[in-house]
Amino acid sequence: MDDIDRHIINTLQAGFPVCDAPYQQVAMQLGLTEQALIERLQTLLDNGTLTRFGPLYHAELMGGALTLAAVKTPLDRFAEVTEIINAFPEVAHNYARNHALNMWFVIATETPEQIRHTLTAIEQKTGLAVVNMPKINEYFVGLKLEA
Amino acid sequence: MILDETDLDIMRATQAGLPLTPEPYQCVAEQLGLTTEVVMTRMIAMQEQGIIRRIGVIPNHYKLGYHFNGMTVWNIPDDVIDKLGEKVGQLEFVSHCYHRPRHLPEWPYNLFAMVHGKTREDVDQQIQHIARVLGDANLGCDVLYSTKILKKTGFRSRG
Repeated sequence: MDDIDRHIINTLQAGFPVCDAPYQQVAMQLGLTEQALIERLQTLLDNGTLTRFGPLYHAELMGGALTLAAVKTPLDRFAEVTEIINAFPEVAHNYARNHALNMWFVIATETPEQIRHTLTAIEQKTGLAVVNMPKINEYFVGLKLEA
Repeated sequence: MILDETDLDIMRATQAGLPLTPEPYQCVAEQLGLTTEVVMTRMIAMQEQGIIRRIGVIPNHYKLGYHFNGMTVWNIPDDVIDKLGEKVGQLEFVSHCYHRPRHLPEWPYNLFAMVHGKTREDVDQQIQHIARVLGDANLGCDVLYSTKILKKTGFRSRG
């Protein structure tokens, strides 16, 4: 990642235009050619510097449902439980964290009923109690991380 | 806001990402049998209504050197949590801020704020800053650092 990549990342965290030739518009602003911008974005996605590029939809407003849940996984079962939980396509993110509740995951589904169904299925397959922490209120979502 | 099938088609076609071609909206329109004008108009409308939070990149925190990603959690009296949650959410280093349910006795925390830093010291300062904002309403807190990403995919709602 060089300074041009950093400039691209910092600029495109703020937004991307909706117009006929948006890459050309952003490239001009960055002093790049359209082709160079597209190639660099492809590379940053391929090497994992960027996890996504595109519109970020508000899941609940789209009719979907989300929740954050956690389990207390015995350390000798950590790999096995990770595999069971990650195998659910409804599990979008899963993080190990330094707490007695040591595995935290986000479940995303089309309907609230499917959230309950997935939580129950995870409890059955892992034999662990799942602590469900759906949001009650959202105060802020979004961030620019200076690259 | 009522979404129709056209909006949902656009969402399904773009939720994995925008095409890396010079005219990405035209590319989406062709896939869906729509005009570019319709795709662009709908996407602008969905942005204005908050259905699309934004269009842009999401970096991998770790690849940018943000190795300290802390989920700060706080026990805040219910009658002041909305007022204080809004304040914490406005801090420039907080990426997500939510009110979530307590699970007593093991989990007394109801305010969640994610913070990110390149060093532990950066994050410690951010936590102290949040604590100052919360003041006496802070009845207890903890910070859970992610020690490993076990899975990370884009959200997929099929609409």
